[in-house]
Amino acid sequence: MSPDFSLNSVNSDLLVSFTIDHRRLITLQGEFLIQLDGMTKSFPGVLANDRVNLTIAPGEIHALLGENGAGKSTLVKMIYGILRPDQGQIKWKGNTVEITSPAFARNLGIAMVFQHFSLFDSLTVFENIVLGMDASTDTSKLRSEIEDISTRYGLPLDANRHVYTLSVGERQRIEIIRCLLQHPSLLVMDEPTSVLTPQEVEKLFETLNRLADEGLSILYISHKLDEIKALCHHATILRGGKVVDSVQVETETPSSLAAKMMGESLATSNLEQQGEPGEIRLQVSGLNVLAVDEFSIPLKNITFEVRSGEILGVAGVAGNGQDELLKALSGETLTADSSALQIDGKPCGGKGPNARRMLGMSTIPEERLGHGAVPGMSLVDNGLLTAFQRLEFLTGGFIVRGASELFAQEVVRRFNVKSHGIEAVASSLSGGNLQKFIVGREICQKPELLVVSQPTWGVDAGAAQTIHEALRQLASEGTAVVVISQDLDELMKISDRISAICAGELSQTYPAAGVTIEQIGLMMAGAHSVDEITEKVDAI
Amino acid sequence: MDILIPTLLTIITAATPLLYAAIGEMITEKAGVLNLGVEGMMLLGAVCGFATVHFTGSATLAILAGFLAGAGLSIIFAVLVLGFQSSQVATGLALTIFGIGLSALLGQNLVGIAYDGLPKLTIPLLYDIPVLGPLLFSHDILVYGSILLVATVAWFLNHTRPGLILRAVGNSHDAAHAIGYHVLRIRFFAILFGGGMAGLAGAYLSLAYSPLWIENMSAGRGWIALALVVFATWRPWRVLIGAYLFGGISILQLHAQALGIGVPSQVMSMLPYIATIAVLVMISRDRNKIRLNAPACIGKPFHPTS
Repeated sequence: MSPDFSLNSVNSDLLVSFTIDHRRLITLQGEFLIQLDGMTKSFPGVLANDRVNLTIAPGEIHALLGENGAGKSTLVKMIYGILRPDQGQIKWKGNTVEITSPAFARNLGIAMVFQHFSLFDSLTVFENIVLGMDASTDTSKLRSEIEDISTRYGLPLDANRHVYTLSVGERQRIEIIRCLLQHPSLLVMDEPTSVLTPQEVEKLFETLNRLADEGLSILYISHKLDEIKALCHHATILRGGKVVDSVQVETETPSSLAAKMMGESLATSNLEQQGEPGEIRLQVSGLNVLAVDEFSIPLKNITFEVRSGEILGVAGVAGNGQDELLKALSGETLTADSSALQIDGKPCGGKGPNARRMLGMSTIPEERLGHGAVPGMSLVDNGLLTAFQRLEFLTGGFIVRGASELFAQEVVRRFNVKSHGIEAVASSLSGGNLQKFIVGREICQKPELLVVSQPTWGVDAGAAQTIHEALRQLASEGTAVVVISQDLDELMKISDRISAICAGELSQTYPAAGVTIEQIGLMMAGAHSVDEITEKVDAI
Repeated sequence: MDILIPTLLTIITAATPLLYAAIGEMITEKAGVLNLGVEGMMLLGAVCGFATVHFTGSATLAILAGFLAGAGLSIIFAVLVLGFQSSQVATGLALTIFGIGLSALLGQNLVGIAYDGLPKLTIPLLYDIPVLGPLLFSHDILVYGSILLVATVAWFLNHTRPGLILRAVGNSHDAAHAIGYHVLRIRFFAILFGGGMAGLAGAYLSLAYSPLWIENMSAGRGWIALALVVFATWRPWRVLIGAYLFGGISILQLHAQALGIGVPSQVMSMLPYIATIAVLVMISRDRNKIRLNAPACIGKPFHPTS
C-alpha cells in the first residue's frame, strides 16, 4: 500500500523542508521590534508576572512557552494593552512606549488572535471583522480583501453567516483574518492550533512562515512542543510567572523544552494497548439526526459500537457533525428510533441525559463554559450537577453538602486543578484548569461508558498527559470510551480503534495500530474506507 | 367615515408617546442596559414640558425641556449603574418611583391649568387629498418627528459603524472591551438617548395628547413601552407597528366602552397587557430570532478591569 501514498509523502517532505529552512539563527544586534523589560503584574493573591524580559526581532517567530497559569496570558494582555503592568517598560522599535489600550497597540502594529475569541455571536462574520478594523477602513473594499486573504491562506469563510452558527475552528479563522487585515508588524497568537486539523495546521504554518519572510514578527503561544519545534526560531519559557530560560529552538528537543517548562523530567507515556476488549457497551446502528437549523450538520446513518475496555477515537475537521454526534450520544438530542442507540443492549435513543447517566454513561462536551460547566457556579456545585445521581449526593431530595465537597476536592487533587479552592466559580478558572476539572469530574464518577469531545483542548502538555492516562486507565478498568477530537496525535496515542466523521457521516473504524495519519486525514476529507482512499490516490 | 378618521387620528396620538419611549429604550437595551425607569423619566419630561410652556409660552422650549428632563434623570441612573455597578433592575425601579414623586412635587401648582396643545403643522396640497390628507398630513411636529426617528434609528443600527458598535457592546461587552471599545462611554450615551426619548414621550403627553398636567398622567405607558421593545424583538420598524397596534387597542377599548359593549371596562383595559404576554410567548418559541436580535449582555454589569 505504501506506493499509493506517494502524493502525501511528497507533501510531508515539503513540510519538513520549509520548517528546517526557517530554523535559522537571528543575529540582529539591538534592532529589536519589541523589547520587554522587567514586566511585573500582580493580582490579589498571585504574582502573575515577575520581572519578565523578552525580545523579538523583525521576522522572528518567537515562542512563549509555559504551563497553564504560568503567566503567558497576563504577559500577552500587557503587550496588547488590555492590562497595565505594575512595573516594567516596553520598547517598540527602540522607543519606550506605554501601551494604554488595545486600540493603541493596534496603531503601533500589534495584532492578536485570542485564545478565547472576542467575537459577537449575533453579528455576522463580516460585521465582526469590521468591528476589529479602524473607523477609517473602507468597508466596501473589505469584502474583497477578506476573500483574498481567506483564499490565499486557506481560511474558508462565508462572510454573511452569523457567528453563533459557526464551529470553534471556523470562529478562529475569523480572528486570524481579522488580524491579517490590519497588516501588523507583530502578530500575537494565543494557542492558535488547538482546534485545527493537521492539514489546517500545515496551511497555517505555511502562512506564518510566509508572513515571517515578509518581515512580520510572530509571538506564538502554545504548549504543543513539536509545533514550536517545527515553527519557531526562539523560545521564552515561563514558569510560575518568571522566565526560566530563553533558548534557540534549533538546539532544543521537545523533551528538553518540556522539562524546562515543567521543571521536572516529563514522565514518558506508558500507554500500552490493553488486552481483548469485552462485551459491547454502546451500539449505534443507523442513527439519523435531522439538522435543527440551516447551519447544523445532519447525521446520516451513523453506525459503530464500543466495547468495554476500549477507546474509540473519532477524528474530524471542525464543524463536520461532532457537536451533533455528541448531543445525540449524550441524550440532548433524542432520536425517533429508540433502538438506534443501545447502551448495554437497552434501547436509549428516546431517553434524556439523566436516564443515560443512570445507565452508566457520562459525556463531556467541547464547550466548557455554558455547556460543560455553569460559569457562575462553584466547582462544588458544578460537580454536584452531573454526579448527584451516580454518587448519591441526595438524601430525600436534600443535598449532602459534605459528600459533594469531598468529591470536588478529590477531582481538584487528582487532576491538579489550580483554583482558589473548591468554592471558586467555574468562570474564574483558566480554560485549561476548567477542562481538567470537567474531565476529572466525569472520570472520578467511574462511568461504564464515557463520551468525550476535545478532552485536551487548551490544556498544557503535563495536564494533557494526566488526562490521557486517566482515560486509558478508565478503559483498562473496563469502561468503554469514545473520544471525539480534532487532535490526531492525541487520537493515535490513546485510541484502540479510529474512525473519522465528515459531513455528518462516520467512516468505518480501523485499529489504530494499522492506520497512518495520512489515511485518517483522507477519511476526514470524506473517504469512507481504506479501499476508497486507495482508489482516490490512484485516481490522482 | 365621520367616526373613522377621528378614531384613526386618536390612535396616532396614542401611539406616538409609546413610540418615543420604546425607541429610546430599545437603543438603551441594544447597548446592553435595561432601564426600568422609563415611567419615571416620562413623568418628569411631562411635567417639565408643561411647566415650560406655561411659564414661557414657547412650545419649542417645552419640547426641549421635556427631552432634557428625561435625559437628566437618566444621568442619575447611568452614574449608579455604570459608575457604581448597581443592579440595573433595582436602580431602574427606584428611578420610576423617584420620577413619580419628583414630578408630582414639581407639578403641584400646575394642576388644573389648560394649554391649547401643540400647533398642527398642516402640509399644503397633500392635505387636500381626500381621507388620507386629514389623516396623515395635519399633525404636530412630534408625530412627524416620531416617524423620522424610527427611520433614522433603523438606518443607524443597521447601516452605520457606530450602530454596529452599539449592537456589539450589547452582544458581548467583554469582546468589545478586548477589541478596544469604550463600553461604559457607549452605554452612557445610549442611556442618555433613552432618557431623552422617554422625556419627549412625556412631553408629548402633557403638550399634545391631553394638554394639561395631572399627577401620574403617563398611567403605565412607560411599562407598555418596555414590553413593546421585547414585542418588537429589538427591531425599530416592529416597534412602530407595535406602538400603533397598542395605541389602537387602547383607543378601541375606550370606544367599545362608549358604545356600551357588554364587557367590563377592566377587561378591556387589560387588553394591551394580555396582548403583550401573548406575543412574548409567541416570539420566545423561535430561539434563533431571539438569539439574533436580543442583546446578550442585557442587564449584566460590566467591570472594565478584568
